[in-house]
Amino acid sequence: MSDYKIIVENVSAGYNSNIVLRNINLKIPQRKITAIMGPSGSGKSTFLRILNRLHELTPGAWVKGRVILDGIDIYDRKVNPTLIRKKIGMVFQKPNPFPMMSIYDNVAIGLKLNGIKDKKTLDEIVRRSLEIVGLWDEVKGDLHRPGTMLSGGQQQRLCIARALAVNPEVILMDEPTSSLDPISSMTIESLVKKLAEDRTIVIVTHNVQQAIRLADYVAFFYLGELIEHGPAVEVFTNPKHELTLKFVKGAIG
Amino acid sequence: MQLNKVLKKKILIDKAFTIILICAMIIYLVPIISIIYETVSRGLPALNLDFFTKPIPTAGEEGGGIANAIQGTVISIALASLIGIPVGILSGIFLSEYRELKITSFIRFINEVFHGIPSIIIGLFSFVLISKRIGFSVLAASFSLALIMIPIVTIVTQESLKMVPATIREAAFSLGIPKWKTTIFIVLRGAWQGIVTGILLSIGRIIGESAPILVTMGFYRWWFSGLDRPVSNMALNIFIFAMSPFQNWVRLAWGTALVLLVLVLLLNIIPRLMMLRREVRYE
Ligand SMILES: Nc1ncnc2c1ncn2[C@@H]1O[C@H](COP(=O)(O)OP(=O)(O)OP(=O)(O)O)[C@@H](O)[C@H]1O
Ligand SMILES: [Mg+2]
Repeated sequence: MSDYKIIVENVSAGYNSNIVLRNINLKIPQRKITAIMGPSGSGKSTFLRILNRLHELTPGAWVKGRVILDGIDIYDRKVNPTLIRKKIGMVFQKPNPFPMMSIYDNVAIGLKLNGIKDKKTLDEIVRRSLEIVGLWDEVKGDLHRPGTMLSGGQQQRLCIARALAVNPEVILMDEPTSSLDPISSMTIESLVKKLAEDRTIVIVTHNVQQAIRLADYVAFFYLGELIEHGPAVEVFTNPKHELTLKFVKGAIG
Repeated sequence: MQLNKVLKKKILIDKAFTIILICAMIIYLVPIISIIYETVSRGLPALNLDFFTKPIPTAGEEGGGIANAIQGTVISIALASLIGIPVGILSGIFLSEYRELKITSFIRFINEVFHGIPSIIIGLFSFVLISKRIGFSVLAASFSLALIMIPIVTIVTQESLKMVPATIREAAFSLGIPKWKTTIFIVLRGAWQGIVTGILLSIGRIIGESAPILVTMGFYRWWFSGLDRPVSNMALNIFIFAMSPFQNWVRLAWGTALVLLVLVLLLNIIPRLMMLRREVRYE
């Protein structure tokens, strides 16, 4: 087995005639936290959404190149994107629990709609998922209440539990704390660390401090190009590129 | 001096405009209030237990009620809903969720055409298509009512689905849920209140339709006796009874008018209350 979960080869992408990513090559290590950094509009979200084939759902979006997950090119014609997305979960910038749906169903729905009906199995997975995100004790009496009734931080943890329930091998996170208060953000950060023990995490962040706290591995994007990438310690202490240095120091972004 | 004059003129124009607005309001409100007043004051005396439980009396006979018209109207609306609701919801889903397909613009076109057609023409269409073959029938009437319903349900479904944020769909896809399941079990669920609103509004619309009823099954005052036979209809009865020389029928016309008025008001108010609750909850 290779140490890399995802290998991105010569990926370019954009919307209609706009090129948003240019010839990206990046290897994402197994069971580590890879942070995608860069100023606004540098293509971080686009890059992330290419990894689970969400990008192509945007009208006008296009991708070129190869994205290899466990040795399989996910953009191969024979590959069903739905199966890819089962392996790669996603957490979004703003918490987005499913509307008009209970806390329980928010977590269980991925399993239910993938054919798991056994109540006991569902109960158990819902409980375990909520425990991992530290929400179980807070909501165990309110499982039937709508997920949208929770606080922002709780909603985001619910969304993480929802992703965990289908047991993905990779979890993509697009600025998961940027709409949360500092305390909720810290809770999510320690959760991300915990998740990386047996999962591969790719997290987009604006926030250099957050990247320093979390990342094992860092990729720095600027205007659609991958400027620099490497182990976090190296990139933060000894950036090779001037733009990276400026970004880390807070001069750009 | 000059300035004062200009100012005075402005104030005068302002006042005149206010008065015009108030007049317009009065011109608008007086008929509405008098319609309601007239309907309530003449309809209320007609309402009693017999009115709801007894069948329609023969011309000139005393007493009786509109029980078979209630039955007929309920059957017509139920049948129309049976066709109109699923077709409307499915079309709405198509228009909102499958925008990239070519057929979508065709459906949108059909929908706009149907929405704009006067109901009498829809009635005639249904008459030619069904009544001419199997006779004046509740089937033909319900079909025309369904055609009136469909565009309303379609539009409201489409709009409600559009209000569900894109990231909800993306979150579902990210769980490995296929698009059709996402649409039916997650997006539709989020849009459900809006869709129910549309259904209630469309029922409020067809419950008062009389022209398509007239041309597809005509006036009938007996009980339901088969889908290929007519049923009695409240809205059409108002017209027939009110035009008749029989005092008892005129009485029943006012009673029916009051019942319809209340129903239509409820069908319009309930969705609004639901919307209010929804806004509170989504915040
Ligand atoms: N749906 C879209 N249609 C057209 N252009 C888009 C779309 N989404 C993003 N873009 C463009 O692609 C470029 C990169 O956007 P992207 O969202 O990937 O950047 P980002 O690094 O995630 O920025 P941010 O930090 O603000 O989230 C931007 O110039 C943006 O205008
Ligand atoms: Mg972004």
